[in-house]
Amino acid sequence: MRLELQKRPERSALYALLSPFIAIALTVAFGAVLFAFLGKDPVEALYVYFISPLTSTWSLHELAVKAAPLILIGVGLSVCYLSSNWNIGAEGQLVMGAIVGSTLPIVFPDFQSPVVLPLMMIMGMAGGAAYGAIPAFLKTRFGTNEILTSLMLVYVAQLFVDWLVRGPWRNPEGFNFPESRTFHDYAILPEVLASGRTHYGAVFALVAVVALAILLSRTLKGFEIRIAGQAPRAGRFGGFSASRMTFFAFLLSGALAGLAGISEVSGAVQQLRPVVSPGYGFTAIIVAFLGRLNPIGVLFAGLLLGLSYLGGEEAQIVLGLSDKITRVFQGMLLFFVLACDTLILYRIRLVRTRGAVAVAGE
Amino acid sequence: MDLAVAIIVTVVTAATPLLIAAIGELVVERSGVLNLGVEGMMVIGAVVAFATAQTTGDPYIGILGGIAAGAFLSLLFAVLTLTLVTNQVATGLALTLLGLGMSGAIGEGYVGIPGIKLQAIEIPLLSDIPFFGDILFKQDIIVYLSFALVAGVTWFLFRTRAGLTLRSVGDSQNSAHTLGIGVIRIRYLAVLFGGACAGLAGAQLSLAYTPQWVENMTAGRGWIALALVVFASWRPLRVIVGAYLFGAVTIGQLHAQALGFGIPSQFLSALPYLATMIVLVIISRDRRLTLVNTPASLGQPFVPDR
Repeated sequence: MRLELQKRPERSALYALLSPFIAIALTVAFGAVLFAFLGKDPVEALYVYFISPLTSTWSLHELAVKAAPLILIGVGLSVCYLSSNWNIGAEGQLVMGAIVGSTLPIVFPDFQSPVVLPLMMIMGMAGGAAYGAIPAFLKTRFGTNEILTSLMLVYVAQLFVDWLVRGPWRNPEGFNFPESRTFHDYAILPEVLASGRTHYGAVFALVAVVALAILLSRTLKGFEIRIAGQAPRAGRFGGFSASRMTFFAFLLSGALAGLAGISEVSGAVQQLRPVVSPGYGFTAIIVAFLGRLNPIGVLFAGLLLGLSYLGGEEAQIVLGLSDKITRVFQGMLLFFVLACDTLILYRIRLVRTRGAVAVAGE
Repeated sequence: MDLAVAIIVTVVTAATPLLIAAIGELVVERSGVLNLGVEGMMVIGAVVAFATAQTTGDPYIGILGGIAAGAFLSLLFAVLTLTLVTNQVATGLALTLLGLGMSGAIGEGYVGIPGIKLQAIEIPLLSDIPFFGDILFKQDIIVYLSFALVAGVTWFLFRTRAGLTLRSVGDSQNSAHTLGIGVIRIRYLAVLFGGACAGLAGAQLSLAYTPQWVENMTAGRGWIALALVVFASWRPLRVIVGAYLFGAVTIGQLHAQALGFGIPSQFLSALPYLATMIVLVIISRDRRLTLVNTPASLGQPFVPDR
């Protein structure tokens, strides 16, 4: 018995829609097996993981706080991946955005004015974009592989923020904890609703989704992005510049990651710490693919992955399960998403090795 | 003199995991497959090797456990990219994320437990050679294996018919297929070999380099190994040069941290990553060099037509 792929005459619209759901279903099924294996009641565990965080106002706010950076980064990465620019260093761009945006309240704490917050957001985006420009420059100028350079820069950024908060930016009144001073009131991203912690980062995420959905589906730039990924030769003949596209993708995704970073720091944490994010920049890669590189899809995918963080915390408290299981789930999900995407372009047939009897199966 | 020997011995220990992981990935890429999941396979190798050694009390069984774990993870990658023809870059990333996640969950009970260190094996006569004896012939078995692997891979790729077949699959998958070569079967074997090597490299980290389990203890070494393959322009012997260069940078910055010099330790820790970038830029500047040496089918999806 072996699997054989048969190319479909055209892309299957049905499976393009269904494949993320099949992937989620498979992940949940495997998750149930995993929970049973760990000696937990799978139904209860799945409920704790995926349903109970949705049952209280408090946790819905937490969901928005966690999903916002994933969505912001995810839509940016979608543009990168659609145009075949493999930016996997969003985590570093996020950290750099957080650092650059934080200079105002940390280095100039006496500069207190309503313009501080908008300036911080702009500086955060600029910091992330500038950091994203490095792999773009190295790729276009020297042909250096952007996957490796963007990833190496993540480690560099993490070490840099670690040095800052333990060294020059350490809180003078902080009892030697590796933390910056807490931000003054003008530097804190306000909450959107009176009922909970959801800050304006969630609004930024929604704006980014709408803006990029329009950009990708309604503008020439959106067409150019797709061409760069699907038919780069045709794009060159059409007069589109590949290197400008690389810069566009990296600057855009870097800026969005930077915005996610500064929003997280000034909204959720309100000071700079050695670890800025629980891996949002990497989880956003999963978000982008689960959302099929489509901004609206990314919105839902970001909510689901945000939910997985919350469910992980909940499962740790209620069931005593390790929160490490969350990352296993997330990794499994991406695996299944990629596997199910095969169904869009191919029919999968089970073929008996001996004899030519084919068992047709979609 | 003794200090110099001691330092060089640690360079060997630091270079070995890079060398092993890179030589495995080199074979994978020579067959035309780009597996970016080295970091994930390595970290799984590290945790499973540690856990197996703890359970059995035998670090050698630990090594086997690490190899098996790395190979198992690479099998997942092979099924997706080779049978289901998924995007190799995305699948490699998925493998790394899955590996890091799984290793955290598996290793949770092993954090902070003192590990079982792999003992050095002195090779009779050779270890008596002054200087070189101490550096090269009083090492643990994985160091010897790393040299055997480089020699074996060099011989296999350039001196055997099977090696020629593997290279032809990587350079022109369609021609190879037309000649009746089982492209997918060969790639499966290459990917499994790469996974086993990454697992062995991980085992070296948790059994020899720092005999303990720390989450994410690979710290980007899998990615540096990927960069080394490019640095070596897909030639096994050059991988040795690259791996030892990076081993020296790693150990050098550790000693610099110990000595102080007033340089923040974080800046020194960033050096291996910055060195990776600089090396990649220098290599890729010469486009002719990379174009001639890159396996022509690298990363291309392959669906045999009937």
